[in-house]
Amino acid sequence: MIAARWGDLVRGMGVPRLIIVAFLLVLFSVAAGTGMNLASLISQSVDRIARNGILVLALLPAIQGGLGLNFGLPLGILCGLVGCVITINFGVAGWTGFAMATFLGSLLAVPIGWVYGWLLNRTRGQEMMVGTYIGFAMVSLMSIFWLLAPFRNPRLVWAIGGKGLRTTLTLNENFEKILDKFLQIRIGDLVLPTGALLYFGLICFLVWIFFRTRAGLSISAAGDNPRFARASGIQDSRTRIQAAMLTTVLGAAGIVAFSQSYGFVQLYQAPLMMAFPAVACILIGGASVVRASIRNVIIGTFLFQTILTIALPVTSQVIQGDVSETARLVIQNGMILYALTRRGDRT
Amino acid sequence: MSGTPVLELRGIAKEYAGNRVVKGVDLQVLPGEIHALVGENGAGKSTLMNILFGMPVIHSTGGYSGEIRLDGREVRFAGPSEAMTAGIGMVHQEFMLIGGFSVAENIKLNREPLRPNFLSRFAPKLATLDRRKIDSDARAALDQVGLDLDTWTHVQGLPVGHMQFVEIARELDKENLRLLVFDEPTAVLTESEADRLLQVMQDLSARGIAILFITHRLHEVMAVAGRITVLRDGEVVARMDRSNATLEGIAEAMVGRKLDMTLADRRPGPGPESSLALDIRNLEVDMPGEAVHDLTLAVRRGEILGLGGLAGYGKVGVANGLMGIQPARGTVMVNGRPLKLNDPAGSLAERMAFVSEDRRGVGIMPEESIELNMVLPSIRVQRRFLRRVLPGVHLLDQKVVRGHANRMIRDLDVRTTGPAQSVGRLSGGNQQKVCVARAMTLEPEILLVSEPTRGIDIGAKKLVLDLIVALNRKQGVTVLVTSSELAELRGICDRIAIVTRGKVHAILDPDAPDAHYGLAMAGEQMPS
Repeated sequence: MIAARWGDLVRGMGVPRLIIVAFLLVLFSVAAGTGMNLASLISQSVDRIARNGILVLALLPAIQGGLGLNFGLPLGILCGLVGCVITINFGVAGWTGFAMATFLGSLLAVPIGWVYGWLLNRTRGQEMMVGTYIGFAMVSLMSIFWLLAPFRNPRLVWAIGGKGLRTTLTLNENFEKILDKFLQIRIGDLVLPTGALLYFGLICFLVWIFFRTRAGLSISAAGDNPRFARASGIQDSRTRIQAAMLTTVLGAAGIVAFSQSYGFVQLYQAPLMMAFPAVACILIGGASVVRASIRNVIIGTFLFQTILTIALPVTSQVIQGDVSETARLVIQNGMILYALTRRGDRT
Repeated sequence: MSGTPVLELRGIAKEYAGNRVVKGVDLQVLPGEIHALVGENGAGKSTLMNILFGMPVIHSTGGYSGEIRLDGREVRFAGPSEAMTAGIGMVHQEFMLIGGFSVAENIKLNREPLRPNFLSRFAPKLATLDRRKIDSDARAALDQVGLDLDTWTHVQGLPVGHMQFVEIARELDKENLRLLVFDEPTAVLTESEADRLLQVMQDLSARGIAILFITHRLHEVMAVAGRITVLRDGEVVARMDRSNATLEGIAEAMVGRKLDMTLADRRPGPGPESSLALDIRNLEVDMPGEAVHDLTLAVRRGEILGLGGLAGYGKVGVANGLMGIQPARGTVMVNGRPLKLNDPAGSLAERMAFVSEDRRGVGIMPEESIELNMVLPSIRVQRRFLRRVLPGVHLLDQKVVRGHANRMIRDLDVRTTGPAQSVGRLSGGNQQKVCVARAMTLEPEILLVSEPTRGIDIGAKKLVLDLIVALNRKQGVTVLVTSSELAELRGICDRIAIVTRGKVHAILDPDAPDAHYGLAMAGEQMPS
């Protein structure tokens, strides 16, 4: 009886997640044992989950649509960054500013996503590699744009010379922490960014709803078996473009939410590697290269981001010197590699 | 034509996972003899050749029993290269040539004459190729098959007829060649090329090379073969000399009546006066390997029409063309209305549903649930199984879908843990039932079913066939069923159209004599 229920649990969660949960428990007990501030550790973890959630969610439409892991996520991120920069430039603050940045970024992401999808249709079967290179190329192209863009607002441009955007822009006069502070819960050292969590939840819900509509189901069908989809009257070249647009739009919205939590907008090379931790998150959550669910997004973001937060202080307590960055890279890239070798199976 | 047989098979038997596909075959091929081996698809010819050449697929599935003798000595090849060294050559149905290499390089591949050089003293593999010798050897081999072709032409882009002769030339170039196996060599050739090939075969046999000629084309057998062995269901059912063989005799032996599996109640099907569900005129379908050329066929409303014929002759292309899955041209009327070809949504909207022969490729979404697999085309084409939650927002109606799926699972006896299980985890037979359920969910007026029982066990077979008959009898669904299993078609169909070389060659009654089926499938003239 107990063995059977344990078996169900293992099947339901998957072995990799159970191992990570066990690892997390060890980390927490070490943290508690060495007298660290658990409440603050938990606050930081939750903070990072809310911050990164939508960027992880952005990968879901691409996986479901048959485009694989969207390593071209920087494309959407760049759109969102443009939205942020314009908003700062016009000095729009508060909720209006947040809405404006999200709206402008998403709007820009629609045509960009279309072109991205069109390109992926021409390079069928190599979506992930092509996505990676498009992401890299666009980050570099946009670095030139940031230098040459005709923004004149002194809060944006370099103080000396007055030309070219700074690498890091502050949002303190615009929408820094605007979601995080909405309905914020404080219990001693424990601070929960309720608004940001609710926003993440809302976007998840909308995506979930979308994938239960006729349009969303068609995207999923074409992603699972394009020939089945074609035989069912679905034009898979179209659904793939729709999936690319959706993933790019969510990437744009995701980076705006990320930036409000972080308090800064990072330009130039910052978006270059942003797809990788997001990909690791959704894979740790149990997604495969061909199938993913909202559950995978939430569980994965929780596990990966919590490990990152806890591992840094705990390892520096136990071992002299910082190994957490190394550990992050090992987990992140190891997970991606593992998923790629098991194409088709659930990880 | 006497003496020790070049090749002798004694009691060769082979089973795949308990399924006996070759059951004790004896066969002798004498020096200089052309020995024809004929049989339907699945009669065991390919398996027999795989055994002869010691292909890995045989070894990895438990080997075979019986013995093979070459010039009287028992042999047991560990792999095709050993068979080749021993003097057995094979001309394949699909060409085993490298496109980017020249004709001469292909002929001498891996047997190139070499000249030693400085490096080859240390590493023999680094010896220089003797280009001049390669060229002259290739020239000699090409001359033997009468192919006037520059030896340095690249194989890529050669007409298929030429490729076939290059293959033969390659086999001839092997010095100790004793026995040459031709596996359906004329399938891709034009008539004049086929004639030349037969001529080459006769020349070779005159030089003492034994030939094992595997084919479906009975008139070619009658033209060149000395002796004929007919295989059916893994057994030798007839041996004849050409002198006392007739086309009808071979055809009848080839088809035979297998298990008596009459499933449907015999009834007079809809007569010629009944209205047409499908009126197909001059249909062309560019399906790789199953092309349809200028096919005309009328399907009467309410009948079960079978499409039979040999593999590669186009029967499978018909349904795929009608459903817009493979590119098609021609005129098709559905219930008197013109059908837009190359548009799957259009075909589905005409209430046509399709159970594909390519179950894994087209039939299922392996990662999705059983229930979603069943209802997706209906959602897409008919906008059913959706529930309006807000104006303009329609969501999957989970409750209705679940109810429908459970009913289908019960009716079709799908062995599963539940409707949410992913279809990829089911066995082949159960996947097939899900495919049938998907087609039924579309509530079709015309059901197209291809290879309904391929790769599924006997119990599931009967269930699927019964289901097709029941749909036809109870709901008046017109059924077009394509199958390689003639017995199955004869069990359930009202009429059977035999497709050869992309056209309907004959339309037969299910009770027509076996010989008629055999002749029709071989594309021979039918007795009137």
